[in-house]
Amino acid sequence: MAKANGSGANGGESSGTQVTFLEAIKKAMFEEMERDPAVILIGEDVGVYGGAFKTSEGLLERFGWERVIDTPISESAIIGAACGMSYCGLRPICEMQFIDFIVCAFNQITNFVAKGHYLWNAPAPMVIRGPSGGGVHGGPFHSANPEMYFVHTPGLKVIYPSTPYDAKGLLKAAVRDNNPVLFFEHKFLYRRIKGEVPAGDYTVPIGKAVVRREGKHLTIISYAAMMHTSLEAADALAKEGIEAEVIDLRTLLPLDEETILHSVKKTNKCLVVHEDTKTGGIAGEIAAILCEKAFGDLDGPLMRVTSLDTPVPYAPTLEEHFLPNAKKIFSAAKELARY
Amino acid sequence: MKKELTRQQYLDLYYYMRLNRAVEDMMVKLFRQNKIVGGLYSSLGQEAISVGTAYALEKKDWLAPMIRNIGALLVKGVPPRDIFMQHMAKYDSPTKGKDGTSHFGDLDNLHIVSPISMLGDLIPVMTGVAMAGRYLGQKIVAMTWIGDGGSSTGVFHEGLNFAAAQKAPFVLILENNLWAYSTPVRKQVPLENLADRAKAYGIDSYIVDGNDVVAVYSTAKEAVERARAGEGPILIEAKSFRRMGHAQHDPAEYVPKEMRAHWEARDPIALYEKYLSSEKLLDSRNKQEIEEKINTLLIKDREFAENSPMPPPELAETGVYCTGDDCHKIRAKWERPIAEVTPPRSSVKAVWTVPGFGSGKGSGGANAPIHFGDTQPAAREVGNETNSANGGKPAAKMAAKAAPKKTVKAGAASASRKARR
Repeated sequence: MAKANGSGANGGESSGTQVTFLEAIKKAMFEEMERDPAVILIGEDVGVYGGAFKTSEGLLERFGWERVIDTPISESAIIGAACGMSYCGLRPICEMQFIDFIVCAFNQITNFVAKGHYLWNAPAPMVIRGPSGGGVHGGPFHSANPEMYFVHTPGLKVIYPSTPYDAKGLLKAAVRDNNPVLFFEHKFLYRRIKGEVPAGDYTVPIGKAVVRREGKHLTIISYAAMMHTSLEAADALAKEGIEAEVIDLRTLLPLDEETILHSVKKTNKCLVVHEDTKTGGIAGEIAAILCEKAFGDLDGPLMRVTSLDTPVPYAPTLEEHFLPNAKKIFSAAKELARY
Repeated sequence: MKKELTRQQYLDLYYYMRLNRAVEDMMVKLFRQNKIVGGLYSSLGQEAISVGTAYALEKKDWLAPMIRNIGALLVKGVPPRDIFMQHMAKYDSPTKGKDGTSHFGDLDNLHIVSPISMLGDLIPVMTGVAMAGRYLGQKIVAMTWIGDGGSSTGVFHEGLNFAAAQKAPFVLILENNLWAYSTPVRKQVPLENLADRAKAYGIDSYIVDGNDVVAVYSTAKEAVERARAGEGPILIEAKSFRRMGHAQHDPAEYVPKEMRAHWEARDPIALYEKYLSSEKLLDSRNKQEIEEKINTLLIKDREFAENSPMPPPELAETGVYCTGDDCHKIRAKWERPIAEVTPPRSSVKAVWTVPGFGSGKGSGGANAPIHFGDTQPAAREVGNETNSANGGKPAAKMAAKAAPKKTVKAGAASASRKARR
């Protein structure tokens, strides 16, 4: 997993320290709250307990009860209240204890928060963040990847980072953005990966993908935990003489078409890997973009390795079958490379 | 309940009720001339509620109307022409034709939040406005409305409960007009008084005759003052009747004739005129002056609205996102010293105190086990090589550091909070 860190466009300053994905998120919130008293945190058990995953540990001690707000189990109230606060010039960060529960506030997000700027010129500078994704045997209600419900909603921005550097820089950018931003944190990465994070303040631009590994034979597009799995597969492919270029989308909305097109026009082949289920996943959207804008450049079909079109099952054997893995990516890439 | 008002206040209430009705009467005409793009919703017979409650707010306070609260918008300072243009989808309307009816707002000057069609959503949103106002030291009150129908939505409960838990300076007006579209209130809620819903949230409530504007105003004024003083949210049930159908298309034949006749005889404007005359606050000359003022204003505003163009088609493509400072400068308006909310003065001891049991800290420390993530993941095979998916770090080692720094003495509070899911 170390390969993801410091490679590509986002190599940090050397004076930085190695931190986990989770620590990077915590630092981003801490620093933004230090920087701007308009930034507050609101969610279930974010205060005294420090969040179910300890992402907000220490924030209550530092910033007090008015800025770190424990709520009842009411996702619509969390999102609604944060939206009202954002109308008054605050920049709330909402925590969904598990991102699965974001759909409890679906109406509030998609109808109220997302449409305000378009309809009545009301910006809602707020961040909705929470632990997402599977691979940790959380079962059908604690493993979701609900990003595409929201990628289909104009007015939102959707971020799904894969490295500590990006997590910190993108979360800071999200807090400073004038739009509602959804920030998905893959919980498999929380304490499993470490990466260099510079000491000073920095942001990572929303809407920019990054090339994690250069290659010439095919392009693998992925994000979040599957970005790391894709890099593992790329290593294995390299041993067989297939050089895969790996793109980390980082932001799903707006999608960085330029980086995608630039790479595919070079490699002429594209494989999309995501942990989200297959039907209606971002791979379909990328396929459409390639057909519209790079049809003549394609030397093979767009292929995809995704989770099954089922709920996330609980038993480890079932979940492992459900999820993509490096072996599945490896096989698909080999097949694609033959074209 | 009635409080002494100044003569000007009595006349203001009268003016705004008359204006409310005249604006809606004119829109019915526009509707019949096919000049209104979508539906038209009437507050006929409910004007005392919109006007009386909004009139209890100060200029700095925030409100969010529902579909039948044109009167509240007029009191807050929205010109009638904006309301006409909203309904006619004109380019000069507050939403430039992107939305209709009372769906518009003004964050900077009038402090109005736009509603959406989904009922109840405004309750947590206005709770957030109230909390932000308190945090910024603005001493504001936030107000919104809900119908008897909307009071059965889930977000009504979530929002009002959260407002109550936060003691937010928030006033909720529950307009019980007896009908949710075609469904009578008795079929929706097994309560005689919808104000009883407040008991579930541990907040105070009032019941007021929604056709008596002075009673509505006095009640709202008291509620607003109490909320501003920090007593927490207050629910006011204003009892009235929806005299028209759900919207213009609906003849509301499901409403018994006798019921309609009963309420038509209790018209809030007619009742108030009678009161004002008996109190010698309004004579025929005053009445004529007010009518002429309204008439002149509405003719002018209607003309303006009719002359406004439809929005250019390409406008549909714009404005989905705020593009930054050139689009909106977002600045919180602080009316308290920022030092109070910034470190080190903001610092607190992160413990819960449970009366009779002392205090406890919920955190297990920086290395507390996370819910699921510490199980050893299966090794993943790739081609020939084997790779440990957690970066080679044994899960057991991570878990070993998990010993909590401090045990929770009185676990009652935190244990029960965690009982979900």
